[in-house]
Amino acid sequence: MDQGDSARALVTLAGVAKRYATGTLALRDVSLAIGEGGFLALLGPSGCGKSTLLRMIAGLVAPSQGDISWPGGAAASRDIGFVFQEPTLMPWATALANVALPLELAGMPRREAEARAAAMLARVELKGFEKAYPRALSGGMRMRVSIARALVTRPRLLLMDEPFAALDEITRFRLNNDLLDLWQEERFTVVFVTHSVFESVYLAQRIAVMAARPGRITAELPIGAPYPRGEVFRTSAAYAAQCREVSLALEAAMAARAA
Amino acid sequence: MMEEAPTRLGLTVEGWTRLLAPLLIGVAVLGLWEGIVRWKGIPPYVLPGPVLIAETLVKDWGPLSASLLVTLKVTALALLIAATLGLALAVLFAQSRVVELSLFPYAVILQVTPIVAIAPLIIIWVDDITLSLLICAWIVAFFPILSNTTVGLNSTDHNLLDLFRLYRASRWQVLWRLRLPTAMPFFLAGLRISGGLALIGAIVAEFVAGTGGSASGLAYRILEAGFQLQIPRMFAALVLVSATGIAIFLALSLASHLLLRRWHESAMGRGERR
Repeated sequence: MDQGDSARALVTLAGVAKRYATGTLALRDVSLAIGEGGFLALLGPSGCGKSTLLRMIAGLVAPSQGDISWPGGAAASRDIGFVFQEPTLMPWATALANVALPLELAGMPRREAEARAAAMLARVELKGFEKAYPRALSGGMRMRVSIARALVTRPRLLLMDEPFAALDEITRFRLNNDLLDLWQEERFTVVFVTHSVFESVYLAQRIAVMAARPGRITAELPIGAPYPRGEVFRTSAAYAAQCREVSLALEAAMAARAA
Repeated sequence: MMEEAPTRLGLTVEGWTRLLAPLLIGVAVLGLWEGIVRWKGIPPYVLPGPVLIAETLVKDWGPLSASLLVTLKVTALALLIAATLGLALAVLFAQSRVVELSLFPYAVILQVTPIVAIAPLIIIWVDDITLSLLICAWIVAFFPILSNTTVGLNSTDHNLLDLFRLYRASRWQVLWRLRLPTAMPFFLAGLRISGGLALIGAIVAEFVAGTGGSASGLAYRILEAGFQLQIPRMFAALVLVSATGIAIFLALSLASHLLLRRWHESAMGRGERR
């Protein structure tokens, strides 16, 4: 398939469907290979089941049909990091305690967990904010804490559910760049849910375009631009062309729904 | 980032207003009261003036403070037991929906039945008068804590619950690290309501127990003074009851503020809000 899949698949979805108790078919026949070390974006309108799909990969929602398999071994929970649309931090805990949480839940002694959490906070440029409570942090900083918490266990797979949708554009661009830097250095696998064509093209190696009612994947497009991508890429003709291509695919997906 | 708001002991204009305005009203009302009593020549057995009440409070401080201590003991103990049992039962409710559904209606019955009506029964059934007072005070103090804490434990952010699930947190970890901290502000709000209620429960029970009991709380002093037509002393005891209620409320508010100020909206100064 595409370049992101030249490596072996970390997770494979085969014929996955989700029907809710109400009878609504949220997802229909989704097959997808998530290549190890790749950056995959799930792009679609709201209500297309992309968040449900992400939660299924995380094991938080069980599929009604089909299989989700991990060719390289069982889905150890510590191999997954999850970033929600909201920062979803514990307001009563400091930034450090929030980031240390996954390690402490796994039974790591507090001192070691906090040392690792402090190092991770430094990686997301929040050195000096260890003792700050979430309410004292800006929206962008809270999201950084959330990303640090997701990465502190050194997961192989990072799942992100529209993480930057609530942020202003300047903050979003910065976090986009920082996320790409982290991904380049740590080489974890990313599945990034978004409803922004521009964000998906800027970030991803591969974009799965989804349609709604029922949710399904209608197209998979590779984004060939090399990394590191920066502001030069964001303003380039190549970027514009890719955005146009993806926009058309999304439009086709929406039209397919109406038909 | 974490500086305290400069509102400690009313350093700001807002703080001074908050402190002085009610104080001024209080002084004015007391002055008016004293003036009318003197001007009209109202006898002290009908309505004593504030000065006479204050004098009686000082003169009779010995027996009054002893009674205050008795009432305070019952109140504090009842509140402690209500807090402990309320919290424990709420945790049990949070762990099992069946237990909650089967027990909660009875907690409601306990709450809606007027304490004045059941206090005589409790006093008859329980030999020990202090214990019966304790039970009455506990009954009224229990429900707000139980009900508030139950709501709190069920208010957990579902995304955070998912996160805990993702990391395979045990039931105990979810309770201890997520549900209980979420419920904390709710529990403290319940505690503040229950503090005043425990005092009322203790006083009501003392009234019902009457002068026959061996315990001699503040209500007993009020009854006794009423029988002896020592109205200034009755008022003095009443002042003590109110002061105790206010003190309990302030103490619990302060405790709540200290526990929540670093993270909860309710405990934040205005300037700190984002």
